[in-house]
Amino acid sequence: MEERGMNARIRALRKVSMETQPHIDLERAKIETEVYKQWEGKVSLPVLRAMVLKEYFSKKTLYLGEGELIVGEKGKDPQSSPTFPELTCHTLDDMHIMNDRAVVNYTVTEQDLKDQEEIIIPFWRGKSMRDKILAGMTEEWMECYAAGMFTEFMEQRGPGHTCGGKNVFTKGYAEFKTEIHKAIKDLDFMNDPEAVEKKDELEAMLIDCDAVMILGKRYQELLEEEAKKCEDPVRRAELEQMAANLDVIPAHAPQTYWQAIQLYWFTHLAVTSELNPWDAFSPGRLDQHLYPYYAKDVEEGILDDDRALELLECLWVKFNNQPAPVKVGVTLKESGTYTDFANINTGGIREDGSNGVNAVSYLILDCMDEMKLVQPNSNVQISKKTPHRFLKRACEISREGWGQPAFYNTDEIVQELLNAGKTLPDARQGGSSGCVETGSWGNEAYILTGYFNIPKIFQLTLYNGFDNQSGKQLGLKTGDPRDFKTYEELWDAFAMQLHYMADIKVRGNNVIEKLYAQYMPAPCLSIVTNDCIKNGKDYNNGGSRYNTRYIQGVGIGTITDCLAAIKYNIYDNQNFTMDELLKAMDDDFVGHEEILNMVMNRTPKYGNDDDYADDIMQEVFRLYRDDITGRPTMSGGQYHVDMLPTTCHIYFGEVIGATANGRRAHKPVSEGISPEKFADTYGPTAVIKSCAKMDHCSTGGTLLNQKFTPSALAGDTGLENLASLIRAYFAMDGHHIQFNVFDKQTLLEAQKHPDDYRDLIVRVAGYSDYFRNLDEELQNEIINRTAQSF
Amino acid sequence: MHSVTNIQKYSIHDGDGIRTTVFFKGCHLRCQWCHNPETQSFDKELQVDIPKCTGCGRCAAVCPEGAVSISLEGKSLTDREKCVVCGRCEPACPGNYRTVVGRDYTVDELVKICMQDLMFYEESGGGVTLSGGEVMAMDSGYIKELVRKLHREGVNIAIDTCGQAPYSNYEAIMPYVDTWLYDIKVMDDEKHREYMGMSNALILDNLKRLAAAGSRIYIRIPVVKEVNGDPESMEAVIRFLKDNDIRPLQVNLLPYHSTGSHKYGKLGMAYPGEALTAPADEEMQNFVRQWEDAGYGNVKIGG
Repeated sequence: MEERGMNARIRALRKVSMETQPHIDLERAKIETEVYKQWEGKVSLPVLRAMVLKEYFSKKTLYLGEGELIVGEKGKDPQSSPTFPELTCHTLDDMHIMNDRAVVNYTVTEQDLKDQEEIIIPFWRGKSMRDKILAGMTEEWMECYAAGMFTEFMEQRGPGHTCGGKNVFTKGYAEFKTEIHKAIKDLDFMNDPEAVEKKDELEAMLIDCDAVMILGKRYQELLEEEAKKCEDPVRRAELEQMAANLDVIPAHAPQTYWQAIQLYWFTHLAVTSELNPWDAFSPGRLDQHLYPYYAKDVEEGILDDDRALELLECLWVKFNNQPAPVKVGVTLKESGTYTDFANINTGGIREDGSNGVNAVSYLILDCMDEMKLVQPNSNVQISKKTPHRFLKRACEISREGWGQPAFYNTDEIVQELLNAGKTLPDARQGGSSGCVETGSWGNEAYILTGYFNIPKIFQLTLYNGFDNQSGKQLGLKTGDPRDFKTYEELWDAFAMQLHYMADIKVRGNNVIEKLYAQYMPAPCLSIVTNDCIKNGKDYNNGGSRYNTRYIQGVGIGTITDCLAAIKYNIYDNQNFTMDELLKAMDDDFVGHEEILNMVMNRTPKYGNDDDYADDIMQEVFRLYRDDITGRPTMSGGQYHVDMLPTTCHIYFGEVIGATANGRRAHKPVSEGISPEKFADTYGPTAVIKSCAKMDHCSTGGTLLNQKFTPSALAGDTGLENLASLIRAYFAMDGHHIQFNVFDKQTLLEAQKHPDDYRDLIVRVAGYSDYFRNLDEELQNEIINRTAQSF
Repeated sequence: MHSVTNIQKYSIHDGDGIRTTVFFKGCHLRCQWCHNPETQSFDKELQVDIPKCTGCGRCAAVCPEGAVSISLEGKSLTDREKCVVCGRCEPACPGNYRTVVGRDYTVDELVKICMQDLMFYEESGGGVTLSGGEVMAMDSGYIKELVRKLHREGVNIAIDTCGQAPYSNYEAIMPYVDTWLYDIKVMDDEKHREYMGMSNALILDNLKRLAAAGSRIYIRIPVVKEVNGDPESMEAVIRFLKDNDIRPLQVNLLPYHSTGSHKYGKLGMAYPGEALTAPADEEMQNFVRQWEDAGYGNVKIGG
């Protein structure tokens, strides 16, 4: 494995992080079980939850790695994955699966199995959130969930998707305690019927403040001890400085750049140890939050760029040391990765609307370039004020072909947030976390609730509500499509099915939201999220300034092409009948090559800047958006839509037979807002134009992947063109774009399966061509050439 | 005549920025290394990807001229004498291995397609490149109307030309063209006749007149070892430019490649450039230096 990092220290730390096998860690679960056994029923639920964190931080094994400058692990060592039996109580079968599966596996020891069987399962079986959730769902929900109509995020993990705001970097936990005490003092026990619950919540927050400070103290003692033992004077001085830093933080506001990073990391550990919120936790505008400390330290001569970069690289290793909480079943399929989606946003604008790029922004780019880690996920926010040099440097890193940084459109995100009711300053301090989902950082609970399988809903429509995969009548009986005289009749039936399925999903969501509000408060996350303290309410109970729930639409490319194939060939041109199409689909198009050719190659498709198909895309998008957006959440917020898949487009494809657009049975559906894999044939500008016809500003985020070969991006001209492509997409209000640069392996795959790579364009020589159109010899030449350019 | 073989978006090697390049069909030169043989003839042509053909026979069944049969090896055989390029076999082929090359567009249709990427031209300093084949050998009134309308829409226009067309065609569109991508192959007229099938007299004369009229010119030289890949040939071009006070803003040296050769078979043609080779990288670098030493600052290998 390639060793990376600016110096020997970082290379060694990174090596440990990369080479350690992720493993299960039951220490937290065992401590939690003890707390519950002793205190459940005797104290309020928020207090019980806070006691778990306090007990864990008081007793957990501390880890101090060789050469570390930033300390703290979620579990007992790097790549430990603590379990959360209060959310999902894994069976022994689950434990075997997570150990044995070929990908995304976590080591489980014999002792773990024994502890799980003797300590964890006996206490938690039947009372985890997963048990409560599944018991609370309707039969329709259970059937649709099992059939892959949608997924459910909170089935195994806690609600989350949040990012820290400014106060995560400017306040210590003693200061938070002062605020909380004041809030308790201000409670109106005469008139407020919720005063008692608020007091419980605020007291829980106080306990969590202590928990974080206890962790700080324990590390301080450990560092002092290690410093005494250390014979290397340089390292001893470092250890002493690290211990001295903990005199200040986490109790008080940081005074230096180093302290600010360490404070963030303690908060990160606390939030992600309290519950396992989706997408971990993220530092928000890391560059802007760190800059004042950086500027002051540089001025005082106690920090230079090398040290500033080194501390960032140490933080990167810390992020990478935390694998995602272990997932099983459908949840693993929708998100099959070790990545926990902590996301670093760099650039963007400041609260007053001015350009936010500063010296730390460039250091972060250097750090991501040097470290090349998938965790933390790194992105840049580009506004019309962003300097060209910053954009170009980000393009340069992106061109290396590992998908980072992704590019986000700050100006469009501000519009999204304003559209969703945020104030202008809160909107400017927002951005994307997790994957691409938008929120006002530090002020909002914006929670992904699950993916929604739009192509499968259309498939139900074609079979009169019947799901030919699960063999169940999942949808409404909207009629046999052979009887539909017009496209509009088909459309109306689809709209009814979609509304029906959205009702099932949202009804389930509402029950789950109430269950989390009742049983799983997150007082620590509530401390750092405005205005939970002021409201005396938990993050999971609508305490934040803003509360949003998202449902993520998947497969817009596939569904658009299905509708276009039917409208164009059946209703507009009478090329074949609905009956013929359905027969062809039932046979997976085998023996129906002429129909297959027509729907695949001779029908307008999304992704080609062709209004025939793109108009249909807009209609589907509006139908979905308008059905979901504005539905009330249980905590007084609103629903919005996202258009992103993570890895769910593969799972959703597995549960759908052949579709009208020529997609074969069980193949993936389209991902994000990208066109169907074989559909776009006019290159990146046409894809971008098609995608930009969606009204991104009315969503909470969309995801667009673009593929390039290295040669198309070569040289300074290649960089400039890439930057222009991004600027143009963002000028058209696109939300997000990221780039894949094809490697040799992909080209070899493309040679074997040309139909799966129909949109792959390669620079041949003086001209570009579709890879599939080249003869084998030429393909081979390009494959070899590409390999050389890497 | 003004049919189009291909409209390429995100074209990044034919002029500045991100461009849309329109390839017109038909050219009077017959350069042996031509990598777009489908743009040589002014007529529509049928392209068949024989190696991929499965011999299903659907093409033969729909051919009204009886021009298509299936060979003993299970491949379609097209009698190009009988074929009238009616295009009926195109949609009949389930694998899309048969394509009619050459499509007619009205000026407004082309303008509409070219305008689709305006935002990208704006951000990148790009625009539309008209190429071919030889765009200047197309119907002059049609091309004038096209560039006039694009110019009116604010689009930057580049003309990629080999120079083999009446000067009046150049003159007609000069007010609307931003950049001329002008090919020079070889100064030695004997060689030009041998490898291009025609004299270079008109080409060089047009270039002189274009430059004298104050046009913005990029000189593009396809470099083929056997034809012009030697310092003397380069020197001859440089001398010609200097003697005639032609001052290109950019010089592109385009090393020969045989990657277009696979297209010949699809058209039922033989590739005439088998014997040609590309100069070594080092030689290309030397040519760049030769140009730079002669005082040209903006010399690039590639488009």
